[in-house]
Amino acid sequence: MAAPAINKPQTAPAVQSLTMGKALNLGLRAAMEADPKVLVMGEDVGKLGGVFRITDGLQKDFGEHRVLDTPLAESGIIGAAVGLAVRGFRPVCEIQFDGFVFPGFDQIVSQVAKLHTRTQGRVKVPMVIRIPFGGGIGAVEHHSESPESYFAHTAGLKVVACSNAVDAYWMIQQAIRCDDPVLFFEPKRYYHSAAMKAEIDPAATPDPLFASRVVRTGTTATLVAYGPSVKVAMDAATAAEEDGHSLEVIDLRTLSPLDLGPVFESVRKTGRMVVVSESPSESSIGSELAARVQQECFYSLEAPVLRVHGFDVPYPPAKLEEHFLPDLDRVLDAVDRSLAW
Amino acid sequence: MSSAEQWTHPEPREGPAATAAAPTAEQVIAGLRATSEGGPELVQLLTPEGERVENPEFDRYVADITDEDLRGLYRDMVLVRRADRESNALQRQGQLGIWVPLLGQEAAQVGAGRALRPTDMVFPSYREHGVAWCRGIKPEELLGIFRGTDNGTWDSVAHRFHPYTIVIGNQVLNAAGYAMGQRFEGKVGDDDGEATMCFFGDGATSQGDVHEGFVWAAVYDAPLVFFCQNNQWAISEPTERQSRLPLYQRARGYGFPGIRVDGNDVLASLAVSRWALDECRHGNGPVLIEAFTYRMDAHTTTDDPTRYRLSDELEAWKLKDPIERVRVHLVRHGMADQDYLDSVQADADKMAAELREYCFNMPDPPVRQMFDNVYAEPSPVLDAQRDEFLAYLSAFGGEH
Repeated sequence: MAAPAINKPQTAPAVQSLTMGKALNLGLRAAMEADPKVLVMGEDVGKLGGVFRITDGLQKDFGEHRVLDTPLAESGIIGAAVGLAVRGFRPVCEIQFDGFVFPGFDQIVSQVAKLHTRTQGRVKVPMVIRIPFGGGIGAVEHHSESPESYFAHTAGLKVVACSNAVDAYWMIQQAIRCDDPVLFFEPKRYYHSAAMKAEIDPAATPDPLFASRVVRTGTTATLVAYGPSVKVAMDAATAAEEDGHSLEVIDLRTLSPLDLGPVFESVRKTGRMVVVSESPSESSIGSELAARVQQECFYSLEAPVLRVHGFDVPYPPAKLEEHFLPDLDRVLDAVDRSLAW
Repeated sequence: MSSAEQWTHPEPREGPAATAAAPTAEQVIAGLRATSEGGPELVQLLTPEGERVENPEFDRYVADITDEDLRGLYRDMVLVRRADRESNALQRQGQLGIWVPLLGQEAAQVGAGRALRPTDMVFPSYREHGVAWCRGIKPEELLGIFRGTDNGTWDSVAHRFHPYTIVIGNQVLNAAGYAMGQRFEGKVGDDDGEATMCFFGDGATSQGDVHEGFVWAAVYDAPLVFFCQNNQWAISEPTERQSRLPLYQRARGYGFPGIRVDGNDVLASLAVSRWALDECRHGNGPVLIEAFTYRMDAHTTTDDPTRYRLSDELEAWKLKDPIERVRVHLVRHGMADQDYLDSVQADADKMAAELREYCFNMPDPPVRQMFDNVYAEPSPVLDAQRDEFLAYLSAFGGEH
């Protein structure tokens, strides 16, 4: 296959205010321009631009050899991407919804995660698996799940989650450049949120990909969140301010490897920590955080680490999701319980 | 076996030629193919013009169909379509979160659904509202899935109609297992044998689960009818994105018969389904049926087909409407007059009004529902989580 010609695509020319969805689109576009080996593949990603329009216009500008409308088979998408990666490509797979990744689970844990180890480092698998995740969109079954813990649990995979448009723009490009396979979780309910628009400067220098970040400083307690829960934590911190509580908020950004330096530092300062996540709590990212923090910050803790998660039930029908999802009240209730300890 | 035109093997294209905003050549060809007759091997008993055509192989499977039965099939389709349109409208009015239209697939589903016996089992995907109707499930019972109150309320064991399966293709393997069970229990082998029918679409045929379902049903001689509704589109992807050859021909590779039926012809769908089920009852399963039809509406109410297909295609398929041909046939042969047609329409309108009323009055589920039935056995851990949350909520007041 000859290198396909590229129509002059338009990059972000200057600072723009963008939604997360548009930021991802431009991030993908920049990555494709930078490296002709970057491919986008998935169901409906071509002509339709993906069901969320994240890949809108990419096939038009880069051609069908670089933006593949694949057969309906997630195992196929991921398994074929492994082969393409072995051949020297950098595939970016789109899984249409979180709950549809599981037909590809075998390929992810058996091949994507292990090939580098198996070949003593000779074969790299530089692929990205994009997964729109989380709830709050009033969808039917399998469209609102938070499966990140399965992947963070698997050695050989890197797992990140963006929470805002600026990170989305940079993190997708960094993930594509990463020589390890990256599971890239995107909070789908904020894709097109005008309120979440942010200024993106393509000339800026981004933070490293595998680094967590303090997004709000405080002294009373530490909230740790990622993906869609960061906004919930930030809103809770704003509300808590009225009660005289100063909450520090950390956006994990990277779920594997975890970057816990900022978390430890924060907890040593506040003595209290609440984890916020939409995933069920059992054996979750929150479990890992609690274990690591009690190990590293034992003498600083004034209260046990508390977790505000989804419940340990199948994601409920849409009319019940407001009760399943961590909200401001549940976060503040946990903060109160921590403070009352 | 197949004519050359049925095969697709698009030439790889490169560069700017493949990047125009207009539909690609491949998409145009796909659209044209979709408007064709479905190939020479398409089983059809009733033409789009309502003419009954003889078919020496399959006529016998509908020889017992009386005028009354034919009117019944017509009535089924009119009511199923009316419920579908009403549900679609309810979504547009914010009463449902999403709807999955079946518009255009009434004949495929009613034909298959009416071929089934009460003792047979059905595994649907999520668009089988017409089959649900034939299994005695009221349209009201489908609404909860799409309104977000539940995952379907019908008794899937009593109706022998499995819950809707949303993950593409999963149910095909489940159906294979169920059918294996029918065989293991000695329910196969004569006219009174049981059979299973599973439904999936053209897109699903790419999934590993579907291929594995073919293998499992074949090696265990399972009494399973694979009923593939090829509605030409998997969201934005034409069937050519899933296969180089007509889908029914895949069966041969797995060692069982495959057949393509006019999915817009309720009589042919009934005949072919009866034949396939009969084969299964007698222990000659499995069988693959490809019902060649068309998704006349969007994939779901969140989809916008204008982004990927031409409206001409829909116009062409409207000429092959599954209901219209039966209406013409009934009237032309004196099996129905205007009074009858009006009475069916009145029934449909009444049912739609009831459906609407029901939807408006659907209560939100209690919070505790999400903790129910997670496990068959008691789960004290989960009970504690539920009780803690309900106690927390009660601090805000109100009933949960």
